[in-house]
Amino acid sequence: MEQLSFSTILGAWIAAFLTLGIFSYLYRDNPFYKIAEHVFVGVSAAYWAATFYWTQIYPNLFGRLFAVGGPFENIYVIDKGHEFSVLYFFPLLLGIMMLLSVFKQFNWMARWGIAYTVGIAAGLKAFGYLKSNVVEQIKASAVDLFSGSMPFFYNDTTDWYGDTVFNNIVLLVGTISALMYFYFSKEQSGGYGRFTRLGVYFLMISFGASFGFAVMGRISLLIGRFNDLILFSGPSYDYGTFWMLGFIIAVLAYWSFKNPEKQEV
Amino acid sequence: MNDNIKRYAIGVVGIIVVTSILSQFHIFKSERAFMFAVLLTVIMVLLNEIQNARKDSESIFLRTIPGLKAVEEAVGRSTEMGRPILYVPGIMDMNEVETVAGVIVLGHVAKMTAQYETDLDVPVARSIVMQAAREACKESYLSQGRPEMFNDDMVHYVTDDQFAYAAGVNGIMQRDKPAACMYMGKFYAESLLFAETGNGIGAIQIAGTASQAQIPFFVTACDYTLMGEEYFAASAYLSKKPELIGGVKAQDTVKLMLIGLVLVALVLRAFFDLNIVPFNIMDWIG
Repeated sequence: MEQLSFSTILGAWIAAFLTLGIFSYLYRDNPFYKIAEHVFVGVSAAYWAATFYWTQIYPNLFGRLFAVGGPFENIYVIDKGHEFSVLYFFPLLLGIMMLLSVFKQFNWMARWGIAYTVGIAAGLKAFGYLKSNVVEQIKASAVDLFSGSMPFFYNDTTDWYGDTVFNNIVLLVGTISALMYFYFSKEQSGGYGRFTRLGVYFLMISFGASFGFAVMGRISLLIGRFNDLILFSGPSYDYGTFWMLGFIIAVLAYWSFKNPEKQEV
Repeated sequence: MNDNIKRYAIGVVGIIVVTSILSQFHIFKSERAFMFAVLLTVIMVLLNEIQNARKDSESIFLRTIPGLKAVEEAVGRSTEMGRPILYVPGIMDMNEVETVAGVIVLGHVAKMTAQYETDLDVPVARSIVMQAAREACKESYLSQGRPEMFNDDMVHYVTDDQFAYAAGVNGIMQRDKPAACMYMGKFYAESLLFAETGNGIGAIQIAGTASQAQIPFFVTACDYTLMGEEYFAASAYLSKKPELIGGVKAQDTVKLMLIGLVLVALVLRAFFDLNIVPFNIMDWIG
């Protein structure tokens, strides 16, 4: 049997403890869940701040302001393969203005950064949305209805599949009826109301399929955690999962005895 | 209405002529000509409808959206129960249009909480969103004449990490037991974690998002869900500002135009396939 280092085993025990701590939420909110939650939130906040600084701000901003061959070369150099660009003083300034918002009298300065972010995003995405949501939708909906490159129903052995006229009609009716559901300027009643109701059915069918697909993904994530717990329960990890499980159950039992759940009135 | 149709017909013809002329002179890539024409058409419709709404927004009919009526109901319920309202503006930054819409709706919710003197709790996952949400809430409390009720801590940062944020918000739900939970913004896999926990604590839940993959989870676990366009129209419904109502009306007009375009493209494509017309419209669309 492979002998693992102390730090690896310790890491596995902590992972098992935190995983079981999060799972303990299934019972009710308890100190183990609180520990796992606060460690998770605290560590991730710090990790994101550090990662963001070292992967984005340091190379992409300071790497350009203090580039090799730039005007500040004699003061400080960050060699990240970028050239000096004076334009990058602008994001630096916006960043400083955001930070200054901690002082009440400079609070207004943060609005500039927010306005810049929203304005740039709106401009950049306008084209993208029109292309993907409008033009591509028109192209995808203008289907082959009449020439019939395939018969009305295509039946190869037992299954229907392929670009049949029937499929294309369903696609067209589904698209238009679902689009009409989101038409706000008319009351959804009578024949028009029934047509938009059809659109809702199409939407719900697609949501159902999407729901099932996502649940499958979640189950694979759960299996991943269980795989780790099973791995850590082996002798090479000194039965970490079992020890942690026993510890959590024992403490939870004592804690529950001392803190019975209050009934809502 | 007739005036509008005339105006749009003339406008569309003008746009087609301008686009044809510009593409002849190679001002832009010829394969982008259709996109250019669509962009100009959308801008034209938007400006026209906003102008119409400014003249007379009262006459513009907008059908009711049940989820929006429920927002006020939820604030009222929280007030009666003496519990806070939890508002989650999604997990993405201000460069997402859904987050921007979420912050706008937050402003309206904050106005109601100021009126009803109800506690509002807004945990956020992005620093810029925190700043924008604080500004929105502060303005709402000021506009309702209740600046003393606003404090910076009602909008607080949790973490950028998706699941750590979800764990943090779930913890807040469990401990504070808000009477109403509102999820308005861009969501990913954490959506069901929020909605299930909210359901577990018995809160009235209203969700609004255009994240297609997350709508099913909200539909399943929330009391009301604003889907896609409904969510974007929410700020117009709540504020009743002529500019925003005009924007919703413009979107409706663009939708009708799109359906018309789809049907025309469908027929022309069929004619091309049957060798009745010599050109393929699909090539022109690009």
